[in-house]
Amino acid sequence: MLELKHLSYAVHEDGGELGILNDISLTVGGGRLVVFTGPNGGGKTTLAKSIMGLVKPTAGRILWNGQDVTDLGITERAKLGISYGFQQPPRFKGLTVRDLLTLASGDGTLSKDRCCQYLTRVGLCANDYLDREVDASLSGGEVKRIEIASILARNAKLMIFDEPEAGIDLWSFARLTETFEQLHAAGGATMIIISHQERIISLADEVIVVGDGQIRHRGTPAEILPQILADTLGTCPVLRKEAMAQ
Amino acid sequence: MMDTEIDRGLLEKIADLIGKPVGAFNIRKDSGCDGRQSTEHIEITSKEDKPGIDIRVKPGTVGETCYIPVIITKSGLREMVYNDFFIGEGCDVDIVAGCGIHNCGGEESRHDGVHTFYVGKGARVRYTEKHYGEGDGTGGRIMNPQTVVYLEEGASIQMETVQIRGIDSTKRSTKIVCGKGAEAVVTERLLTHGDQTAESDMEIILDGEDSKGRVISRSVAQDRSEQVFYPRMVGNAPCFGHVQCDSIIMGTAKIKSIPAITANCTEAQLVHEAAIGKIAGDQLLKLETLGLTEEEAEDCILKGFLA
Repeated sequence: MLELKHLSYAVHEDGGELGILNDISLTVGGGRLVVFTGPNGGGKTTLAKSIMGLVKPTAGRILWNGQDVTDLGITERAKLGISYGFQQPPRFKGLTVRDLLTLASGDGTLSKDRCCQYLTRVGLCANDYLDREVDASLSGGEVKRIEIASILARNAKLMIFDEPEAGIDLWSFARLTETFEQLHAAGGATMIIISHQERIISLADEVIVVGDGQIRHRGTPAEILPQILADTLGTCPVLRKEAMAQ
Repeated sequence: MMDTEIDRGLLEKIADLIGKPVGAFNIRKDSGCDGRQSTEHIEITSKEDKPGIDIRVKPGTVGETCYIPVIITKSGLREMVYNDFFIGEGCDVDIVAGCGIHNCGGEESRHDGVHTFYVGKGARVRYTEKHYGEGDGTGGRIMNPQTVVYLEEGASIQMETVQIRGIDSTKRSTKIVCGKGAEAVVTERLLTHGDQTAESDMEIILDGEDSKGRVISRSVAQDRSEQVFYPRMVGNAPCFGHVQCDSIIMGTAKIKSIPAITANCTEAQLVHEAAIGKIAGDQLLKLETLGLTEEEAEDCILKGFLA
């Protein structure tokens, strides 16, 4: 179980204080799939990063399975079973896909078969990719899928994915949503996915809309999806006008 | 041959040699010959006018490897060695060179080597050269290798040079002349640390029509070490050349990278890229999210980069 208690994150800008996260409290039960969604710049990624330790909150506590991890570093949190798939994963000159999966799994002798399983689940063929370097020769979508495969290889108890669909083609996206569905059905891991995709949102047990550094709405996909649409129309004068004209 | 633990350690580091090599070899230890074997196709003979050996590979020799490692275990030893390679037409062979210095004394140990390759028509050579230094003495460990390669029509060389650790000062000079349809691929890996200095001067001359040259240089400069790279590609005919230099800079090190391309023909296509930067923060963070400590992440990135 993941508990966020009164989490805040602020930066100082032009002499004033700018709140990125404002007093967020949230509990995610074990084995649940929660989707964070909401407008760009609303604080979703900062919130997800603070769970992994990539961002240090300025106030509040984070508890993972009852243990206060607020003051722990990234490495220690990783060892406690928290994992994070980056929105824009870094590239590594000289590290191959196999190296990365092996590091992620923590098993120095990770077999080709296992690598193949992880890659297949993100729509990549091991024969084509295992010995390739994770460098600029791979497209954005390929790097992204390898990133997700590395999270699968970690087999962590808490998996956080930051916009896994970004940059991925339609065919691979379908494979990816299936993978999330299967992972969730297997029930071994708690998942937090930042996403704007209806297909992914509809997989969630709970959808949390984050905006202006706060939780704006929370509920089931059936409750939240119409809400998002209303919000979109509500804030844009052009769209509102068009909607009224119809 | 290979009688001490130090000898065996050095040979394994520089030539991946464990036990007596199979095939042709020449092991040079402290300026003497510590073992030699010629084969039916590869003949190794001592030079008569100066220190060094001639290696003659018969035309059509395929799939053989020749080991010619050099080790220095005496502090204060300095040598200048000339090795010439005559690779016959249509050969496909591996040459494994390399030099290891163990210096536990106070005097400077130094190996300067000039390797000249004459590669016959259509022959392929893979040439590996690893440099490594160790020993806790205060004496310097110095290596200045010079490599000159002449590639005849359709010949190719894949040259891989690696300086692993412990070389205090190196000045490396490489010159390759490519004939018609010949191809040179040079991969350079270099790590300097402490107060070491390294200089690599390279010139690939694409003389023949449809010749190709490629230089891939990756280096890491740690602590207070200094590196200078000067790879040059000259196109004198319709040809293709690519120079790529990538360096990771750490501590208070200094790196200078000066790739140069010169076209003396309108059909010469030459490209160069050079980049120097520190380890990217997001690379470290990514590996930390996989459970590595910051130090482990750094090691892993450097190891991959120099692999």
